[in-house]
Amino acid sequence: MKYIDEYRDRGSIEKCSQRIAEAVTGPWTIMEICGGQTRSIAKHGLESLLPSEITLLHGPGCPVCVTPQSILDHAMEIASNPEVVFCTFGDMMRVPGTNTDLAHIKAEGGDVRIIQSPMEALNLARENADKEVVFLAIGFETTAPANAMALYQSKQQGIKNISFLVSQVLVPPAMESILNSPHSKVQGFLAAGHVCTIMGFEEYEPIAQRYQVPIVVTGFEPLDILMGIDMVVRQLEEGRHEVENQYSRSVQREGNLAAQKILNEVFEVIPKQWRGVGEIPSSGLGLKSVYRHLNAALRFPQKIIYEPLSTNCISGQVLQGLKKPNECEAFGKECTPDSPLGATMVSSEGACAAYFHYQNFQA
Amino acid sequence: MCLAIPGKILGISGENSIMPMGKVSFGGVVREVNLAYVPEAKQGDYVIVHVGFAISILNEKEAQLVLNTLDEIDPETR
Amino acid sequence: MKPPPQNSDSTPGESCPAPLASDDKILLAHGGGGRLMHQLIESIFRPAFQNPELETHHDGAVLDFPSDKLVMTTDSYVVQPLIFPGGDIGSLAVNGTVNDLAMCGARPLYLSVGFILEEGLPVSTLRTIANSMKISAQESGVHIVTGDTKVVAKGNGDGIFLNTTGVGAAHPFLRSHPDQIQPGDAILISGDIARHGIAVLAARENLEFDPPLQSDCASLSSLVQKLIKAKIQIRCLRDLTRGGLATGLIEMAGSSKLKFTIDENRIVVHEPVQGACELLGFDPLYIANEGCFVVVVAPDDAKRAVEILRKEQNSSVPDIIGKVEKATSPHVVLKTSVGSTRVLDMLSGDQLPRIC
Repeated sequence: MKYIDEYRDRGSIEKCSQRIAEAVTGPWTIMEICGGQTRSIAKHGLESLLPSEITLLHGPGCPVCVTPQSILDHAMEIASNPEVVFCTFGDMMRVPGTNTDLAHIKAEGGDVRIIQSPMEALNLARENADKEVVFLAIGFETTAPANAMALYQSKQQGIKNISFLVSQVLVPPAMESILNSPHSKVQGFLAAGHVCTIMGFEEYEPIAQRYQVPIVVTGFEPLDILMGIDMVVRQLEEGRHEVENQYSRSVQREGNLAAQKILNEVFEVIPKQWRGVGEIPSSGLGLKSVYRHLNAALRFPQKIIYEPLSTNCISGQVLQGLKKPNECEAFGKECTPDSPLGATMVSSEGACAAYFHYQNFQA
Repeated sequence: MCLAIPGKILGISGENSIMPMGKVSFGGVVREVNLAYVPEAKQGDYVIVHVGFAISILNEKEAQLVLNTLDEIDPETR
Repeated sequence: MKPPPQNSDSTPGESCPAPLASDDKILLAHGGGGRLMHQLIESIFRPAFQNPELETHHDGAVLDFPSDKLVMTTDSYVVQPLIFPGGDIGSLAVNGTVNDLAMCGARPLYLSVGFILEEGLPVSTLRTIANSMKISAQESGVHIVTGDTKVVAKGNGDGIFLNTTGVGAAHPFLRSHPDQIQPGDAILISGDIARHGIAVLAARENLEFDPPLQSDCASLSSLVQKLIKAKIQIRCLRDLTRGGLATGLIEMAGSSKLKFTIDENRIVVHEPVQGACELLGFDPLYIANEGCFVVVVAPDDAKRAVEILRKEQNSSVPDIIGKVEKATSPHVVLKTSVGSTRVLDMLSGDQLPRIC
């Protein structure tokens, strides 16, 4: 497939890992922000192609992993309502709330549907006129325009029986939060190519300057990731700290203006809870007041709010790059993809699950 | 986050619908994709698609430029 | 198709019900043991499956058996949609059970079939499926010798559930089992992967393929018999159904307590299948196949076995994909196409379409 095969070409990949090996004196610690990149690194075994001077940390860029437990509990409460058709992306089905997950709610008779585009929720609302359709609108900046369009069209078309449980998060404030930690080990970032496709990369420039970290906007294929690492390493070796763009085939500095326009129409920036991390200022998107009527959180007020569970899960620290998954005492023991303690073990791009499934075997 | 993959626009429809829609082929599997965020997209363009929406048109020239850097001779190691 | 025989059980004077029309629907009474059920059997099942064993019209079949050892297997089939590109639940139920016998090195001989029908199922659908079972059974040389039908109320089924049990004649010497696998053995694959799972999913999710994508649903029996006839030293056969290639390999490595090293470059995934996998976030290594198997053979026979598979399949896809080695703990290592290595692990639960 064009734009995929070239970036999985063995010759180019060998060339690139050689370039990295030649450039590095290290040691350097680099974080890929995006869970999609974590998954690609694990699936293609890329860590085995890197020199030992480079340590990769896997960042918080998985909307599944950072969706707060209280929102999941609320989602499950709504999904249990017999008047509701509840729709969600497949990723969210097995993420544990306090007591259960959406897959179990479905098994107990909840009408939970997996959809692949938020626009399908509008079709479900038309097809189920006697029911309330609720969509769990999670995501980072990449997914936000699609969710925003579903909201915008629901309002324009005056669809009465649809509402949205919104949990949208933003990447740059999370990066700053990581860098602000006195324990942060991150010396350079791979920024998420698809987030930047929407938002551009201007907002990363002050971060690179303030914290003196190189940030390279990076794609998702194996060659993209190695090239991104190569660019970060060269900056580190040369003492530079700039924003560079490896994924220029998709990302422009200003981003996708048409998408940003709808985002501004529908959403406003709010403080946001991140699961395992806590509240980060200005790190979420909430509905503007003209969209209040489509807010599922208001239409179905949460009845039971649970105390957060205390487990020995360290997913919050894993998300911030403070610890690696296998440094967790529960990793592979009490906590496996079959019975996850934290969301990082559920999502296939959660750092813990990626480690569990694809860990490189030293045989 | 954000599984988004490249596909080729086979055709654009949507005069009758509210938003411009296109048929996009991903190596032979064809899907209806919302083109609202790539208003300048044409048939034959490759777009990156996420949750049913095209979010960018791939820039062939930029792609080639970046791939070319692999063949650049590194002055420091020569 | 021969006309249904006269219903000899019916009371004199009572008119025989008319043959089932294609626009009819299955009713609860079709499973009730009365005349409607009789009519169903006589107008659909018996003409489709006719063979001497079935013609005895008895509660069970008395069967000739050409071997000392019998191999027996059973499987149930639930698939949506019932009819998909490249097959249907009927061909799946016959080939699936035939293939399980073939994987034991057996020559498949007889099948039983249990139908659980949902009230309201169009008779035409049932006829299509019974006919496709007939064709698949003929292709594999098996006889469907006994069967059963039940009907459940609307909403309590999914159109049709099928169960097939198969028996076959064991090979006198060949024991296809993971415990036969030895270090040094070669691991071969018979075809491209992930086509069945994606074809069914595509039909369910309304994914369009251009050109159309077909399930690989097929009988593997004659292919296996060719390998046996050529005296290939077969250690273990495994068809790659649920869980796909990766799960099959992991299970075999686990049971044999050995290490399998697999070369991703030698595994073929057709481009549209790859495209669908990229789109949905699936890994083709874990997607179901219904006409593809792995065979572990003695190293000296590997090349000859590949030639046989390629000739019979009329395809260059069958290949040696890996080798078996000693290990302290059993596992499967994938040498990826980008030049790295990783361990293959079982998935937890189903793959769900994902956005992340």
